[in-house]
Parts: sequence; C-alpha cells; structure tokens
Amino acid sequence: MSNVPADLRFLKSHEWARLESDGTVTVGISDHAQQALGDLVFVEAPEAGRRVVAGESCAVVESVKAASDVYSPVSGEVVAGNADLGGQPELINQDPYGAGWIMRIRPEDKAQFAALLDAKAYEAALAAETH
Amino acid sequence: MGLRTPLHDVHTAAGARMVDFGGWDMPVNYGSQIEEHHAVRRDAGMFDVSHMCVVDLRGERVRDYLRRLLANDVAKLVQPGKALYSCMLREDGGVIDDLIVYYLDDRWYRVVVNAGTRDKDLEWMRAQSGAYGVSVEPRFDLAMIAVQGPNARLKASGLLEPAFAARALELGHFFGAASDHWFVARTGYTGEDGWEIMLPATEAPAFWARLHAAGVAHCGLGARDTLRLEAGMNLYGSDMDETTSPLESGLGWTIAWDPHDRDFIGRGALAEQKARGVARKLVGLVLADRGVLRSHQKVVVPSVGEGEVTSGTFSPTLERSIALARVPSQTADRCEVEIRGRLLNAAVVRPPFVRHGKPAIAL
Repeated sequence: MSNVPADLRFLKSHEWARLESDGTVTVGISDHAQQALGDLVFVEAPEAGRRVVAGESCAVVESVKAASDVYSPVSGEVVAGNADLGGQPELINQDPYGAGWIMRIRPEDKAQFAALLDAKAYEAALAAETH
Repeated sequence: MGLRTPLHDVHTAAGARMVDFGGWDMPVNYGSQIEEHHAVRRDAGMFDVSHMCVVDLRGERVRDYLRRLLANDVAKLVQPGKALYSCMLREDGGVIDDLIVYYLDDRWYRVVVNAGTRDKDLEWMRAQSGAYGVSVEPRFDLAMIAVQGPNARLKASGLLEPAFAARALELGHFFGAASDHWFVARTGYTGEDGWEIMLPATEAPAFWARLHAAGVAHCGLGARDTLRLEAGMNLYGSDMDETTSPLESGLGWTIAWDPHDRDFIGRGALAEQKARGVARKLVGLVLADRGVLRSHQKVVVPSVGEGEVTSGTFSPTLERSIALARVPSQTADRCEVEIRGRLLNAAVVRPPFVRHGKPAIAL
C-alpha cells in the first residue's frame, strides 16, 4: 500500500504539494506514482526563474518503463529545481516526499493551494482508480 | 482477467506487480526492476515464461516439413538436442513469428513460440502440416522457467535429479536434454549463460520455490525486456512483425540460403528483396544526450532520411539509454532522435550492447 502523508495536498495526477514556512510550495510525485512508474532513471526538473501555471506540465520523470509529465499544482515562479535528481533520480523512489522533491514554487495565489486535494480526498481518488 | 500461468498465485503472493502481456496476467517486477536486472547480470535470476507456447511436432516427414516452414534450415541440426533460432515467414517474407526449434529425434522436433502469436502460429503450422502428415501438439501441460545469469546453472543444478543434473551441466550452448516430462536447454533471452527449463505445470510452483530458496532471484518481464535489449535480441511485435522481413530486422543471419534449392516459405520474396536492395535496416542506438529512448520515437538521419525506434529503454548495465531502430540502409554512425520535440544525438552501433555482464560497445 502506498503512503499518503496527512499534512500534504495532492493532485489527482499524483503530484504532492507542501506549503513551507517561507510561503513557497514544494512539489513532488506521490509514493503511489513512484511505485507505479517503477525505477526512475531520468528527471527533467524546471530551472529557477521559470514561471509556471497551475496544471501546466513543467517537469518530466522517466522510469525504465515510461515517461510521465509532472504538472504544477499552483501558478507562480520556480525558485528551485532539485539538482540532486540529475545524478540520482532514484531519490524519488527512495524518498518521494523528502529528498525526492522535484521543484519549489513561489505561488501567486494562495487560494490555489487551499483548493488542492487533502490526503483523505487523494486516498479516495486512489481507491477509485484501482477499482 | 487475463490468462494465468501455473505460477500466477506464487507471483501475487510474492508481491509482484502484475500487468497484461499479450492477454496474459504476468509479473512486471517484484520490487525494483533494476535490481532484478543486475541479479541476472551478476548472479542468478529466474523468469516465469510459461506464457510462451511449447509445441511438439511429430511425424515421419517432420524434417522436410520444417525445412519448408522455417527460414533457417533444421538440416543444420545433426546432434539430438541441438537447437536453432529461426523466423517463420509468410509467402511475402513478413515475419509471422520468431522461435527456437529443438531436434529431439528423427520423428520429433519441439518448437517454442511467443505467447501473443500462439493462436495464429498454431493455425499456420497446422495449415502447412497436412501435406507432410505431421502432428502439431501444443504442450499446455508444461510450464517454463528461465534461470539466467553467471551462477544460474550451478544454483539450479542442485535441484535436479542428480543423473539429469549431470547431463544438463554438460550441455553445450543451444543444446537441450529431456528426462521424462522435464526438458532443460542451455538457451535464454538475456545474453547471459543459463537454462530454460520446461516442466510439468503441476510441479512448477514447488520448483520455483526451491529455486528461490537456492538464491535465484525472481525477476519480472520488465527486467527480461532490459536484459534482452542489452543483449541485442529482437522482440516480436516491436522490432519485427508481418510487415517487415528478416532482412530489414537485423535477422539476415537466420536465413539459410544454402542449399539453393530448399524452397522455404518466403524464400522467393526475400530473394527478390535482396536483389532489389533492402531499403531499411535494424541498428542499435546509444543516446549521447540525457533522456530515454522509447519505441516509436522518430529517428532523423541528416541528409539520408528518417526512421523509427522499435524498442528503447534505459540500460541498467551501461547507465545510458539504448534502443533498436529501423533506419534507412545508408545510415552511418550518427543520427538524431526526436524526444518531446527536441532532436537529441545518438550513436549508431551494432548490437549486442552487453554480453556476459560486460559492455560490448565502446561508449
């Protein structure tokens, strides 16, 4: 079974988002997503300074099996992409909610974050997907 | 729900991630596909390949039948137990399937065909068999387990009946030996040493468990695919099919042109294609830039033309992306591949990429 931390917000497309104390939003892919993709071998994270729109594909994660787009949960400016993933894409498999983060965004509209799925709603979406 | 092998419940109990493969419910991995891949390159791994179909061909004229049916020539098989890789072609030279045929005795050959092509293969083999009085009998009572890797034969041999184990360990490459309903062959689809073991379906779960206890890692179809691609082996349905000939699929070496009067099915069409000049060829690609090659990506060969990736993956051994691709015959040693709208550089190489655990190409 996959791990869905209660303090995170999610997209149905399996990204997670965490509101940091400095107001930025950290984004990655969920434990369920990394399990479904299998061993990750390549990650293309966005560069700092890029402006992204909520719902826009702004990163790519590739496993041995497949390539998958990562969608931004919020609109704003990318303040950092996770450079460690360039040499160690497996960090996403090992620690999807920690060292495997993909990008950090300074959101333009806090209401967008508040409107994301909470853990319970994401768990329900996962359950619906597997039935 | 798909078709299930005799080992299905063993896989699900082991926590395998199951996927549909040609109508079969098969394990794609049991955790990490890359770890399973390395287990085969460095030690020993096993695959459930019971979805593949074992077919026994029997009759007084079975040799003549196979010399008509297959593009490679079973007349090369003179020692009992010897195996041969061949394509089975349509009249127009398109590949119906690729298979391994074993010569067991003068009235008995055994072939192993792909899972997804089983029904059409049996239909085709039966349609050709009448004139030769050959019986075509699929062995649905058998399971098949491939044990592969440098230590695979040693680890598996301890689980066979001692006299049979001794015979099996003496087998040369591409030889098999039978004992009752068991059959062990020194063949595989990984580029490593190992055996493919056919055995009664009822005995498969217990034998699988004993292999696992002997230190043979369970491996899914995901690792099987990265291993075969590193080994430069074609996958039917991806790298060749009924619309491509062996000459366009890197399989020219499997066509036995001699003797010139052997009239195998597809010979006329292949000879014509060869005389005309083959427009496309199957090559290996190694991506120079970062990214992952995938099937159906467009290949661009500047000032020559375009082609297509037929199988692509990330090579766990080389830690680079590799592929097989069908490209114009004039393609030299460089090309570009379009990945998400960008053209990335790739080297054109001659497979295999990896042999016996070591890189077989210069990086």
